[in-house]
Amino acid sequence: MANEKKNEWPLWEVFIRAKHGLSHRHAGSVHAPDADIALRHARDTYTRRMEGVSIWVIRSSDIAASDPADAGPIFEPAESKVYRHPTFYVVPDHIKHI
Amino acid sequence: MTANEALFDYTLRLGDDALILSQRLGEWCGHAPALEADLSLTNVALDLIGQATLFLTYAGEIEGKGRDADKLAFHRDVNKFRNSLLVEQPNGDFGRTIARQFIFSTYQRALYQELMRSSDPRLAEIAAKALKETTYHAELAAEWVVRLGDGTEESHERVEDGFEWCWRFVEELFTAEPADAGLISAGIAVDPAKLRASFDATLAATFAEATLALPKYPRPVTGGRKGHHSEHLGHLLAEMQFLPRAYPDAVW
Repeated sequence: MANEKKNEWPLWEVFIRAKHGLSHRHAGSVHAPDADIALRHARDTYTRRMEGVSIWVIRSSDIAASDPADAGPIFEPAESKVYRHPTFYVVPDHIKHI
Repeated sequence: MTANEALFDYTLRLGDDALILSQRLGEWCGHAPALEADLSLTNVALDLIGQATLFLTYAGEIEGKGRDADKLAFHRDVNKFRNSLLVEQPNGDFGRTIARQFIFSTYQRALYQELMRSSDPRLAEIAAKALKETTYHAELAAEWVVRLGDGTEESHERVEDGFEWCWRFVEELFTAEPADAGLISAGIAVDPAKLRASFDATLAATFAEATLALPKYPRPVTGGRKGHHSEHLGHLLAEMQFLPRAYPDAVW
């Protein structure tokens, strides 16, 4: 990794599942020499107050991210396509949770 | 020593081991090699404070002189402490702290696995609750022993030096006090000699993975269980007890 300083532990992104049935959500990041220690650091850093039932960690360098400079071409084309939102349906009154 | 006094002394030892090691680990707060390691060590410290509180509260009840956990922790002099010499040893570097933690948590896990079957329901209950925490401590310490031992030349040397410092204090952990005989035969206390095989097996497996040589134990140093401590404990207590002794009515 070009941008990792020598003698520094790599960075890991931490995802926590708060309870069964929910998705893992990004909680933050930790430094650790490898995946096993990263899980332990994630546990000690992000689940000390019973925040989780499951932890994922992934090397930050393994995440491919969209380039903010390309936000225009990537995201703006969706703005003019309101027909993709299901807002044209009439929802019957007795349907509560939608 | 009456049976009640023996039980008080035994419970005090369990509490003092947890309390003193907790205070030692707390010294790492803000000083560990990385923020994450800082949180790991202080998390272990907090677990141990919880265990110490449970044991010392119970010890105070057994004694029946109105002393609670705080009174026992903060208003007792050094020669009344019954912790093992291992836990009062200075932190040294991260390698030595991990060596001490590995030895202690591996011992404590084996101890609680037995103590949770104690015929004394309070001791059994505390051990059962604490075992989950201690299992995590032992696993965490073993992971670090492997990484330091099988890491760089320097980390190998440092964790090796750390273990060298600690070996002479191992024997004490596995030696029962004469007063324990009655408690052991009544199924209340654990005979620590019986925990040695499990300790040795974990040590051998971890050291093989860590590329560390098995110990040549030096002549053991003991005395902590009788209140004969190293000079280090007095300094530790001076810091730990200063505030409640200087301001006895302080609350927060």
